[in-house]
Amino acid sequence: MNPAKTQVPAQPGWFTLDPEAPALLGSRCRKCGTIAFPAENAFCRNPDCQSTEFDQHALSRRGRIWSYTDARYKPPVPYVATDPYQPFCIAAVELADEKMVVLGQMVAGVEAGDLAVGDEVELVLDTLHEDDAHEYLVWKWRPVRPRKEGRG
Amino acid sequence: MAERVAILGVGMHPWGKWGRNFVEYGLHAANEALADAGLAWRDIQFVSGADTIRNGYPGFVSGATFAQALGWTGARVTSCYAACASGATAIAAARAQILAGLSDVALVVGADTTPKGFFAPVGGERRDDPDWLRFHLLGATNPTYFALYARRRMELFGATEADFAAVKVKNARHGAANPNARYRTEVTAGEVLASPVVADPLRLLEICATSDGGAAVVLSSMEFARRHGHRRPVTVAAVSTVTPRFPQTVIEMPNFATDSAVATSGEPGPTFRQSIARAAYEEAGIGPEEVDVAEVYDLSTALELDWYEDIGLCKEGEAEKLLRDGDTAVGGRIPVNPSGGLSSFGEAIPAQAIAQVCELSMQLRGQASGRQVEGAKVGVSANQGLFGHGSSVLVTR
Ligand SMILES: [Zn+2]
Repeated sequence: MNPAKTQVPAQPGWFTLDPEAPALLGSRCRKCGTIAFPAENAFCRNPDCQSTEFDQHALSRRGRIWSYTDARYKPPVPYVATDPYQPFCIAAVELADEKMVVLGQMVAGVEAGDLAVGDEVELVLDTLHEDDAHEYLVWKWRPVRPRKEGRG
Repeated sequence: MAERVAILGVGMHPWGKWGRNFVEYGLHAANEALADAGLAWRDIQFVSGADTIRNGYPGFVSGATFAQALGWTGARVTSCYAACASGATAIAAARAQILAGLSDVALVVGADTTPKGFFAPVGGERRDDPDWLRFHLLGATNPTYFALYARRRMELFGATEADFAAVKVKNARHGAANPNARYRTEVTAGEVLASPVVADPLRLLEICATSDGGAAVVLSSMEFARRHGHRRPVTVAAVSTVTPRFPQTVIEMPNFATDSAVATSGEPGPTFRQSIARAAYEEAGIGPEEVDVAEVYDLSTALELDWYEDIGLCKEGEAEKLLRDGDTAVGGRIPVNPSGGLSSFGEAIPAQAIAQVCELSMQLRGQASGRQVEGAKVGVSANQGLFGHGSSVLVTR
């Protein structure tokens, strides 16, 4: 991250800005306990629940990879790509307590060949894109264990 | 069990990258379907359009747009949007109109003109639209999601890159015989595996392109069909357009997360893709073991294997065996995508689910020259789009 720039969330309200232990902010139904990300405060997704009351719920910061891929070609706008373009990985991560799967980019430097289904990952904040004055932050997943020798 | 409606005519504008107005493709397909049915445009009582969202206002009111292009006649009209299931939803609207006795004969049309490259979201800054946000915050394109499923399949069932390539080789061979397909050359496994990786593990030749194209069908009551000399028409036995069931635990485009299963207990129900065809089988009173030919939405090669299981052609984890045994190639036990599939067509969203029904109809009539599934009497289509829309159509003869 660049200290000369103001750091702002790329999507306000979706995650905390705690530099040590950031977390995604979802919602939790007061009646049935259903969790949603992004937060859903207007209705509960459970068809058997008509609750309209929800609490903010910080999601688990660690989970295991359900599946993963990468983006070898530059995604279209509104993605703000680096120039020159740097491919990145995307992981679908299973959160045990929430019984749900959440997507996120992997931190820079991780390649698909480094990953395996079941690997443990942890949520961090990282730069999504920058302009002259701001650095826009987003959540990403970072492998918990060091990369294996000889796997990229 | 629902009553049948007759498919009197089918028509298509060849898929390609023609760069013309989508209305031209729809009009071409509609006129072909009318000629195939032996009817005049003035005979049509109900017009059902499948909408395109990338061609301005005329695309949002496609039923009226096609009706105007054919010439206003005072026919009843509707326009349907349901992502990739738009075409089947337009068929469902026409079928319901006929089964309710409100109309005897209907024309269903879908057509699209597509931009180059990845499908991008509709323009503007729309921070309440998950489809816009997944591109902006994740750089997650459609192939991102297809690749997540593909990797998961490799992990769970031991699918290999060679299996995925074999799906492409099969579909390219089928498509080479189809005059309406966009890609009409056979490819080798070596060529597939030499094409660049787009989203690991999927390669360029394994991900469906976006195309221009148009498809149409003429549907009628069985009574109307008899009166007009169609003695043994192909019929629609069921149309399924069910929603997913909560909790939806498979990550779906364009979402950031699945539903949470914390509030539910017991065995998980069918996944969304499983429930789509299941509802069609139940409605028709026909089981998957009776199916002779299937058209499934092979957005990627790997996804075609998922569909084998989801539409009941084999048990979970057995799709690779079905493929390797040659069962799903024309000439095999249960051919899948004899048209060449999306692999040979590229996706023309509102036309695609209608095109599946066109292909199944031609198969059941024995008119699928060069790719005919001999003696086919029951066909099923399956399709899945964004935001919980999907469809399956069961046809019989
Ligand atoms: Zn609830």
